[in-house]
Amino acid sequence: MVASTSSPPPQGLQATHRWPGDFQDPAWRSHLEPLLAAGRAAGADLVEVFLERSDHLGALAEQDVITNVSPSFGMGAGLRVFRGRHDGFVSTNDLSASGLLSALEQALGMLGLQRLSHGRDGFQGLPPLRDHGAGKDDWLLDSPSLKDATDRLLEGTAALARHGSHLQSRRGSYARDWQEVLVCASDGTFARDIRLHQSLGLSVLAADGDHRASLGRRYGSQGHPDDLREWTPDATAVDLCGSAATMLYADYVEAGQYPVVLANRFGGVIFHEACGHLLETTQVERGTTPFAERVGQPIAHEAVTAIDEGLRDRAFGSLSMDDEGMEPQRTVLIENGILRRFLSDRAGETRTNHPRTGSGRRQSYAFAAASRMRNTYIAPGPHSPEELIASVDRGLYCKAMGGGSVGPTGQFNFAVEEAYLIEQGQIGRPVKGATLIGEAREVLPRISMCANDMELAAGFCGSVSGSIFVTVGQPHIRVDSITVGGR
Amino acid sequence: MTADTPAILDGERLRAQLEPLARRVGVRQWDLGASCSTDLSVQVDRGEPKQMKGAERRAITVRVWNEEGLVGITSTSDLSEEGLARALEGANQASAFGNPEDIPAFSPLAKHPLQGEEQPLCDSTSILDLLGRLKDAERDLLSRHAAITTVPYNGLAQRGSERLYLNSDGALRHQRSTTASLYLYARAEEAGRKPRSSGAVRLAHGVAGLDVEGCVAEAAERTISHLAYAPITTGRYICVFSPEAFLDLIGAFSSLFNARAVLDGVSLSRRESLGEAIAVPFLTITDNALNPANIGAALFDGEGTPTAPLTLVDGGVLRHFLHSEATARAFGVAPTGHAGLGAKVSVSPDWFEIGPTPGQPAGEEGLDRLASGGRQSGDGPLVVIDSLSALHAGVKASQGSFSLPFDGWLVAGGESRSIEAATVAGDIRTLLNQLVGFEGPAKATPSGLCPWVWVEGLTITGDA
Repeated sequence: MVASTSSPPPQGLQATHRWPGDFQDPAWRSHLEPLLAAGRAAGADLVEVFLERSDHLGALAEQDVITNVSPSFGMGAGLRVFRGRHDGFVSTNDLSASGLLSALEQALGMLGLQRLSHGRDGFQGLPPLRDHGAGKDDWLLDSPSLKDATDRLLEGTAALARHGSHLQSRRGSYARDWQEVLVCASDGTFARDIRLHQSLGLSVLAADGDHRASLGRRYGSQGHPDDLREWTPDATAVDLCGSAATMLYADYVEAGQYPVVLANRFGGVIFHEACGHLLETTQVERGTTPFAERVGQPIAHEAVTAIDEGLRDRAFGSLSMDDEGMEPQRTVLIENGILRRFLSDRAGETRTNHPRTGSGRRQSYAFAAASRMRNTYIAPGPHSPEELIASVDRGLYCKAMGGGSVGPTGQFNFAVEEAYLIEQGQIGRPVKGATLIGEAREVLPRISMCANDMELAAGFCGSVSGSIFVTVGQPHIRVDSITVGGR
Repeated sequence: MTADTPAILDGERLRAQLEPLARRVGVRQWDLGASCSTDLSVQVDRGEPKQMKGAERRAITVRVWNEEGLVGITSTSDLSEEGLARALEGANQASAFGNPEDIPAFSPLAKHPLQGEEQPLCDSTSILDLLGRLKDAERDLLSRHAAITTVPYNGLAQRGSERLYLNSDGALRHQRSTTASLYLYARAEEAGRKPRSSGAVRLAHGVAGLDVEGCVAEAAERTISHLAYAPITTGRYICVFSPEAFLDLIGAFSSLFNARAVLDGVSLSRRESLGEAIAVPFLTITDNALNPANIGAALFDGEGTPTAPLTLVDGGVLRHFLHSEATARAFGVAPTGHAGLGAKVSVSPDWFEIGPTPGQPAGEEGLDRLASGGRQSGDGPLVVIDSLSALHAGVKASQGSFSLPFDGWLVAGGESRSIEAATVAGDIRTLLNQLVGFEGPAKATPSGLCPWVWVEGLTITGDA
């Protein structure tokens, strides 16, 4: 622990005062301004405070019983101090005045700075609050009650029982994450937002003798408290049980090099992992992206245009503002194969000169914001999905993707949940156990065809600033050749 | 929360706060888990500080039994009187949705003496000291080979933490610990070749105890060893897992030993599996949180049950499952110290000890992965699996299958060459019965103790 100074609190701070509970309370301004002023007076180039209140509800249904309900709530603050290209970050869930002051002093101390007893040099005060949370104050109250949520889950697991066979395990899970954030910084940032994310998943384990198949489907939405009520469990159950019945008796795929057609929606995870992460300025800072010097140059097949944005209604990765108080944008990453732009946050702009794109995101107050994806997708192309399948003589159709990851030198991998062989332009027998592996630089030029059926899917992305809500998406795409791991 | 600071969590004070709040809402039975921690960490980039972080964290989970005996919980980071009251009220409301078919109770061992001893508490150091140490380590690593140009993933961290369990039946557990960690993950690149990377990790009770030199040497050696690489031909190979890789694989399939997963029908094991042979007769797997090499070991689980060694597989035979109070009751045994705290209590392993069964022939002897031609018998080439990746995506625990990218080497004719990019695939039940033997002494790693493990005939997919 960095030693705290013994200077008295700056003007406006009372060491024993406990902060107000609602971020709309105008008292916050008068409490936060002295903190920002104190940081600037100590010599910081910029001081940022991120305050968060959260309320989480999780529920799990197994078979036809609710087996777990896990509510939680909390508050916390993350204070970040920049000086030159360096920064110090301290998080705490002690939101008392003395707690925040201590956090500021720690962050200053990391940069060799010390809080002075007074002074407001370089800080002009906060402007009027940009309140993106206006109109959202009832979101928490309007979201499904615990009874609503558990009833819907039981409808889901009952639908699985109706539509499935050989189901050894039927599960439904629901999570509701409500968050109120207030961001202020000594550059005049002062903004509030309320976020509501809901996700609902169904999963099954089908078993028959030595044959086993486990699959799941997840539905997610942002904002719109009523979305769970609009979910149709039967449609999800029919889709999931159909896939489980098909994959239960599937043979393992033979390992090798294949042309691959990736389905739309969650097929977009390949672009997210293989390319999206390499277009974040955090990767430029680390020197771990092969694309750092390639802006304006071709990095993908000309069929590929890729976009990251935070604007689409209801999409899991949409934001009214990022976690640094900046409104989101539509960022064209790749246009007809040409690299156009990186995703950048405040630190990324400082260290790499790529302008901010409203992409500074974090799981919670416990993480410093970093450049992260929002809704990321490959734009639709001119072909029908059938044309892509017909173009492959012998290959693999990946209908449902599992998770994946990208390594520090750009190599990626994805599990395929549901796959079929393509033989002479026709979808053939199902195969399981496939893993797609490759490297971004090599695969992007091989995405040679994009269909006209772009759709999005909700997901979670874990990286340097924690686990965040994102959307992946794409139309059906054809990859001319990729390594498929199997048996 | 380090040796030089007083404890923050006060069990008796929490009890005094909680008892009247519980009475007010008519709750007579409750328990509580609390934790707090202080963290400092630094990252560097080519001699410059990249990011410095500090964190103060507190968390509490309150669990209550309502008048019908149903259980609910709520968690919060707010340890104030108001926060506790709200958590208690939330838990009481959630208890209306408790599962009447699976009601946890207090662990019968929550007041038994602990079996392990407190680990040493170390003094904290300043963030500038952490920064200086990490800069030195990075500089040292960069100097080991001209091709190592950056250490893109690195960190030096220290943590002081406390855990507490108490219940309305008078149980009170409290533990303090300090830990420090160092990781160095280097990137190396030669002209016209792909970048390669590898790294090393070290843990200790305090920063002064970290084996920095060993971490630098291991990160350098591993990274350099991958510079000369070539693709591998797809096929079946004898594979030799590093201790870290084999522990990762067993950990990913730990639902084999998990009574909660067995009861939920998502484990490959069944209730009747106890006593069945699931592996070669010379394999023993023990879960032992109390091994002295387990830095930051928990002395009790989320229900207050003392942690203790538990033999899971002995001579290839499945002997015991990991239990919470509820699963133990369902099986008619005692809890084993592997529970979380919840309405539905999770069960998880602590720290594996894997090796030959004492008194049994330990498989093939004299194995030497570096020997000319691989095995002494002069069989075909070996694939040495140094580290596995993407276990979250490539392991289907309930199916038993895995398909995982790995870093490793192909050893043939006395030559060892790094593999460019490949996956290893198989089935865990088959793998456990295809162990050839163990090589060398067991190595202590952050997740357990294990020697090198030889396995017959796994599928490797490569680019050649």
